[in-house]
Amino acid sequence: MVEKYKRQYGSGLDAQTYLGQNYFSVDRSLIPDFLRLLRDDEQFDYCVDLTAVHYPKREKQFDIFWILYSFPRNERVRVKTQIADGESLPSSVPIWPTANWLEREVYDMFGIRFDGHPDLKRILLPDGWTGHPLRKDYDILKQDKEWVQINLGIESGQ
Amino acid sequence: MERKTTERKTTDTTLPNAVSNLGASNLDLETPDKPYLDSNELILNMGPQHPATHGVLRVILKLDGEKVLGTECVIGYLHRGVEKIAENRTYTMFNPYVDRMDYCAAVSNGLGYCEAVEKLMNVEAPPRAQYIRVILTELQRIASHQLWLGTHALDIGAMTPLFYTFRDREEILKIFEKYCGARLTTHAFRIGGCQYETYAGFEKDVKNFLAFFPPKIDEYETLLTTNRIWLERTKNVGVISGKDAIALGVTGPVLRASGVKWDIRKAVPYANYSKFDFEIPVGTNGDTYDRYLVRIAEMRQSMRIVEQAVNGIPEGPIMAKVPKVIKPAVGEIYHSIEAPKGELGYFIVSDGSTQPYRLRVRPPSFVNLQALDLMVRGALVADVVAVIGTFDIVLGEVDR
Repeated sequence: MVEKYKRQYGSGLDAQTYLGQNYFSVDRSLIPDFLRLLRDDEQFDYCVDLTAVHYPKREKQFDIFWILYSFPRNERVRVKTQIADGESLPSSVPIWPTANWLEREVYDMFGIRFDGHPDLKRILLPDGWTGHPLRKDYDILKQDKEWVQINLGIESGQ
Repeated sequence: MERKTTERKTTDTTLPNAVSNLGASNLDLETPDKPYLDSNELILNMGPQHPATHGVLRVILKLDGEKVLGTECVIGYLHRGVEKIAENRTYTMFNPYVDRMDYCAAVSNGLGYCEAVEKLMNVEAPPRAQYIRVILTELQRIASHQLWLGTHALDIGAMTPLFYTFRDREEILKIFEKYCGARLTTHAFRIGGCQYETYAGFEKDVKNFLAFFPPKIDEYETLLTTNRIWLERTKNVGVISGKDAIALGVTGPVLRASGVKWDIRKAVPYANYSKFDFEIPVGTNGDTYDRYLVRIAEMRQSMRIVEQAVNGIPEGPIMAKVPKVIKPAVGEIYHSIEAPKGELGYFIVSDGSTQPYRLRVRPPSFVNLQALDLMVRGALVADVVAVIGTFDIVLGEVDR
């Protein structure tokens, strides 16, 4: 499978293994075609998780991960891509409906937008909140003071 | 005589007044057919303070009379930023925090986290620790299912099972308390094994429970399995097909009740589950009743695992050689376990320091809850309560 896709995509795709877990590092331009291919041709029918990691010092600040599982093959694989701050990604909701809330959470926590998402809005934090807490530049004690004071009627939530 | 005259006088004077002081009319005489109650759709807020939502879940229902046209879940009321906290604590310090996510199954959360970090460090817990872990985790699964059964039945209107399950759950919590001092947020395991050796009489207590509990499951079943009201309220309610369940990422008993025979303990064995003989109970219809049957059967299977584990528990160390300061090499790992609610995964990115660079929890309740909308469309309002209950969600885990 790996060889086939390497031949097909060339330098846009790299397959690695760490501690027995396989993952693909793919170019941003291969999303979502590659994901769709994994579902349709390789039977990765279950999107386990979708998440991001922030590297503020890098030029392309975000790593996005799709953790996929195939029921017929009993196999897990991760797909990883890099995007810059402000760049958006195509939504994978049409591929796996479960990505709906997962993408909303990534948007809520990192501020990454997914094009074509049916209802991209905050999920865990209140709608009027400013800032995306899982970015590295968001301090652990930081909060949207204005929101807290207006909506909770207290000086600070800490 | 005089009295009578006065009476007549009053009647005479008030009558014309009563007709003249009528005020303005609000009747719409132009369109007399306009109904007083129209039949538009109704938006109803259920929660966040609602006894049947198992915490602070808010469901916005769009109703046509009693029929549900659509729902939207509003969550996050219990958000504590667990993932952010993880980035600011060492691997060891973060361990107790995971207990606070699914606080009804803290032992399972701890097992998943400890195993994920162990995997990242490439160490393995010694066999004795593995056995202790399996015994406690399976007992926790039973306790979690008991709590679910009691509250789910209570939501639907059967009050008795709650008292029965809580009475029996107490026996498991007593074992936890004797083992590690806590009943709910146990922090039972450490990275590399277990901190505590079993107490004197641990095996006896577990064996006593094994003898005590099977008749109790039968007792639960006499209350519900053939109860006509229970059947009416759960059969063909909240049906989801196996295909939809997979597409929506639903896991755990909810997936198995839809006929998908998939359990991480068998599919991707962790701890030492591959050593034990047990079956994966599955349902056929994917309705609320089947999910009930699957969980009842799972309790029996967990008893089998505990029995094998407690009889085969070896002697030996309970901690692997793990450095005092945990510093995994640069890399990332995803590890998941079959928690009572479904697939509980931890995705950890290490930058080689003592703190996780990023720790992501894949909570089963959060992902399962997404299927609520599909499962209640076209159902009645009362069924929404049954379907929320059947997921066995814990809001601490949904919101983290």
